[in-house]
Amino acid sequence: MTGTTLDTTIATARVVVVAGSGGVGKTTLSAALAVRAAIDGRRVAVVTIDPAKRLADALGLAGDSTVGNDPVRIPLDDARGELWALMLDTRSTFDALVDRYSPNAEQAQRIRSNLFYKNISGALSGTQEYMAAEKLYELNGDARFDLVIVDTPPTRQALDFLSAPARLRRFIDHPVYRIVIAPSSIGLRAVSAVSQPVLRTIAKVVGAQALDDALAFFKAFQGLDAGFRQRAHEVDRVLRESSTAYVVVTSGQAEPVAEATYFIGELESANVGVALVVANRLMPHFGKENDSLPPSLVDNLRELADERREEESNLEVLRIARPDTPWIRVPLVPELVDERLDTLAALRLLGRALGDAE
Amino acid sequence: MDPKLFLSTSRVVIVAGKGGVGKSTVAATLVTAARRVGLTSLLVETDGKPLLVDGAGDEGLTAQTITPADALAEYLDRSGLGRISRRLVTSGIVDVVASASPGIDHLLVLGKVKQLERSHAADVIVVDGPAAGHALTMLRTPRALADSVVVGPIRQQANDVLEMLNDETRCQVVLVTIPEPTPVNEAVETAFSLEEDIGVRLAPIVVNRVDVHPHIDIPEDLAVGSAAARAARFRNERTAGHARCIDDLARRLPLPQIRLPLDTSATPAERTEHFLRAIEGLDGASP
Repeated sequence: MTGTTLDTTIATARVVVVAGSGGVGKTTLSAALAVRAAIDGRRVAVVTIDPAKRLADALGLAGDSTVGNDPVRIPLDDARGELWALMLDTRSTFDALVDRYSPNAEQAQRIRSNLFYKNISGALSGTQEYMAAEKLYELNGDARFDLVIVDTPPTRQALDFLSAPARLRRFIDHPVYRIVIAPSSIGLRAVSAVSQPVLRTIAKVVGAQALDDALAFFKAFQGLDAGFRQRAHEVDRVLRESSTAYVVVTSGQAEPVAEATYFIGELESANVGVALVVANRLMPHFGKENDSLPPSLVDNLRELADERREEESNLEVLRIARPDTPWIRVPLVPELVDERLDTLAALRLLGRALGDAE
Repeated sequence: MDPKLFLSTSRVVIVAGKGGVGKSTVAATLVTAARRVGLTSLLVETDGKPLLVDGAGDEGLTAQTITPADALAEYLDRSGLGRISRRLVTSGIVDVVASASPGIDHLLVLGKVKQLERSHAADVIVVDGPAAGHALTMLRTPRALADSVVVGPIRQQANDVLEMLNDETRCQVVLVTIPEPTPVNEAVETAFSLEEDIGVRLAPIVVNRVDVHPHIDIPEDLAVGSAAARAARFRNERTAGHARCIDDLARRLPLPQIRLPLDTSATPAERTEHFLRAIEGLDGASP
């Protein structure tokens, strides 16, 4: 496979979802893809999640300018398109949704000040994934952009992202929610007979206060559930559209390769094809030399070639397990590791390396 | 210092680090190293997925996985709620329980670790922290719950776990990082949070995959673009970068460093050997 798969992807997709385990350079790669696509003429918005400080600085995401949870434009002199970047703020994305679907400001306020809501909007596992998907949906419908690139939260389950809308729906349709809401519509006696032991048990585990907060939340949430359910459905549709491309990133280390292989299987079992696997940060191929050179030079070439061979044999696992998935190899861009250099320039180098990749 | 002394400083050793730094490999190495010096050891995995790092070469490796759902079910059983607990788990109400009081799943997992410690399940209990670097969140939970829950079994559990975390003879944390700028920054931030917010003792930090190759002289008459010259520059840049990061880490974080060499083809037995040698090289000062 050649870099053309990558070029086709960033030229035609409307959404690119970048997945992979932690530490493989996923966030940086998302940014580099965005830089390359912008240079090639697309109006790109890249959503990053928890970028390292240096990358955040390069993307203009440091400081107070990010509080608005709205994309910031990054000047790129030679770009035919535009580059915009946004750091995902899970809480304020959730707040905006509550505001949108609340029938009035009072109810929105009641939900936003609820302790249970504060817990789930910040810490519930899966909330971050859902809000990343929600942001993707919102930006996808924004006329300023024709390509949205999303860096997914680091996770061991690629499906956490893909299934986030379904999980939100499940949460809204939860038995506890029905138990709490039901007394107002059905007879109180019949319901409480079922619900009381359950609630008592929960109270015993989490404490009565936490349970009261949860019940108050579900009560306040009445009336918003239809809007949320519909929204989750639309987000889900965008995640599965054919113009949404999934890129899985790995390094040459055994563990990330095993995880990438697993990710691809998960995505395929959910009927979502992987457009491209990027084997990132690989040992460059230096080639051979004659043995008349000083031993230190020859030994070094051999040792680096050994490292490269080790990576190749790790990657072979992926190739055998997923023979039909296209992939490219991208050598390590040393400038990206060197904290003293200009990150935006390094992103351009990585973007170029992506295009040259085999 | 003496590896046996080092490894018996506390019964519980929690291994923490961001993705991609080799945390699970280091955890497995600790378990094997403990066995090598004659201590019984147990590896505890805290996320539900099958082990990706194999303990090949160590047939006797004992591992146990603790998932939040299991820990909750066991906790409910102990509280005399066994019958209803199964219904709770299968109906998905556990999700809501966990959301109502975030971190309760973490607390229950740590509670289980504490129970293993109290029952002397092994001389050394190595906990491979949750994936994707949620270790900090996990370790913060007991304090947060002890502060917010006033009475009841959860309060008691939080206090007991906190007591273990704050007792350096019972528990310590091994941070794992690699010699690159971003992982080093994150390790420094995590270390300060662990000490200040949680009060848990930090063992020497493991700096994994360090390239210690000596500087390679490049002859002036060698073509700049030749394979040998490019490879030598690459190697020199890498070793210099690693050295800068190690200095930076030492300056910002006053912890002894256990440096493990970059050796991608090392077998588990060789990794254990590297590890024991690195500990022997540490100053006699307490870990």
